[in-house]
Amino acid sequence: MAKIQPPNLRESEVWKSIFRPGSIYRKGYKDTSRDRALATMNNVLWHLHPTKVKRHGLKLTYTFCLGGLSFFLFVLLTLTGIFLMFFYRPMADIGGAQAYTDMQIIRTSVFFGDLMRNLHRWGAHLMVLSVTLHMARVFYTGAYKPPREFNWVVGVVLLFLTLGLSFTGYLLPWDQLAIWAVTVGTSLAGYSPFIAKQANFLLLGGAIVSPNTLLRWYVLHVLALPFVLVIFLAVHFWRIRKDGGISGPL
Amino acid sequence: MSWEETNKDLEAYQRTLEAQKAAGTDARIAEGRARSKAIRAHRDANPDEAAAHAAQARSAAPAAAAAAPAAAAAPAAGAAPVGTAVAVAAAPMTSARREAPLPTGNIPEPKKGAPEKHRLLAIVPPEGIQRVEREQGDRVHTWPHLLIEEFIAMLILFAGMLVFSSIINAPLRELANPNLTPNPSKAPWYFLGLQELLRYFHPMVAGITIPTFILVGLAAVPFVDRNPSVKPGDRKIAITMFTLLFMFGAILTIIGSFFRGPGYNWVWPWAQGVFFEL
Repeated sequence: MAKIQPPNLRESEVWKSIFRPGSIYRKGYKDTSRDRALATMNNVLWHLHPTKVKRHGLKLTYTFCLGGLSFFLFVLLTLTGIFLMFFYRPMADIGGAQAYTDMQIIRTSVFFGDLMRNLHRWGAHLMVLSVTLHMARVFYTGAYKPPREFNWVVGVVLLFLTLGLSFTGYLLPWDQLAIWAVTVGTSLAGYSPFIAKQANFLLLGGAIVSPNTLLRWYVLHVLALPFVLVIFLAVHFWRIRKDGGISGPL
Repeated sequence: MSWEETNKDLEAYQRTLEAQKAAGTDARIAEGRARSKAIRAHRDANPDEAAAHAAQARSAAPAAAAAAPAAAAAPAAGAAPVGTAVAVAAAPMTSARREAPLPTGNIPEPKKGAPEKHRLLAIVPPEGIQRVEREQGDRVHTWPHLLIEEFIAMLILFAGMLVFSSIINAPLRELANPNLTPNPSKAPWYFLGLQELLRYFHPMVAGITIPTFILVGLAAVPFVDRNPSVKPGDRKIAITMFTLLFMFGAILTIIGSFFRGPGYNWVWPWAQGVFFEL
């Protein structure tokens, strides 16, 4: 009886159509200079990087991976945030604070809900920290110097957006911690020159933190601010490449 | 045929070269244009030779070359005097025909020990080349060196967060109540530095002027600090100022977080406890 050969998956047309030449998953990948370059170049995520980087950039004590980890945290926050959106309604009208009830349901009844919420909250705090530290690292290595001046400005905008995302998310649980932290934080806007009332009204959708504020900040948190942030992030990454890759060496 | 062997009009060469240089053309491009002008000027002046050149080129074409050089030269000689055509046919072939190997479809293997180099992908006019004068430098391949490092950093962070999030729950207090102000009420931790400033300054200064100043000041850093060096030894003033500002913010945040209690009054965290929530 003829022995039936199992089809070799990695030689199939389907496999080859998915993994472009140079992919480490493609049959015939060789550890050559050419295939190493193709592995980076032919991958949608990895070609954020150039095919080669300066050797000193690999040193952990140069970057501390802070920029990359900030981006990873942003991705993690997006994923856990999408999960939480399935179970959360930004409503807090008189007679039933749906937002708060949903929070309790997430904590007690939703499968992995508590873990996802914890990851989201701790990740958000950590991202503020990592973006701030990333800025400090960039300063100390002098990485904002020509030709990277503009990318530093983009980075400052990204820090501001990160704070905005974290702060808008802070209100969403609609517990005592949330509304009073936001009340204190936004009270400062009431002191802005000339437009104090308008600024306050724009931020809160009223005179005080109210269900209107909740809806407003929810939309900012899940859609508006991430949308703006992704645009600036794209420019930030693109400019790293265009400005000659990682800065240095010192 | 090399440039030295080619018949050319040297006067036209000089003239074109100087005109191109006067026009500010790149020296290399100017030379190329001058050379082509010199050869064309010579051929225009000597049509016989030009016809001979065309005939010679045609006779070198693959099909006609081996079979009948004279026959191949004949049609080209139609316009030119017959004598010239014969002379060309009799002239020795200056360049032997060279065959390129057939494409194999295989990926070429880099030679052992050969230096890494960039391949030429296309022929482009010199004007189209953006010349970058930069050393290739000491570089390593992104895959695997950098990508593996990033992947490990990501895994460690994710593992740490999973463990932390499994053990420590994020706070969720009682339902929001606009009529019941908690004591103390604090902003999120990253704004506690500003809240601390409120103790010392008018709210407009602490809440608007200083944050605006910090943000605009940060964005302006690369345009204010024009010192080109990245060596820490050359940047003492910049590093000192940034460190002071950073420590100033960090200390204010820590005070606001841990050293402020009910009524936003000073507390010692080890004595009266911590009034801080994330």
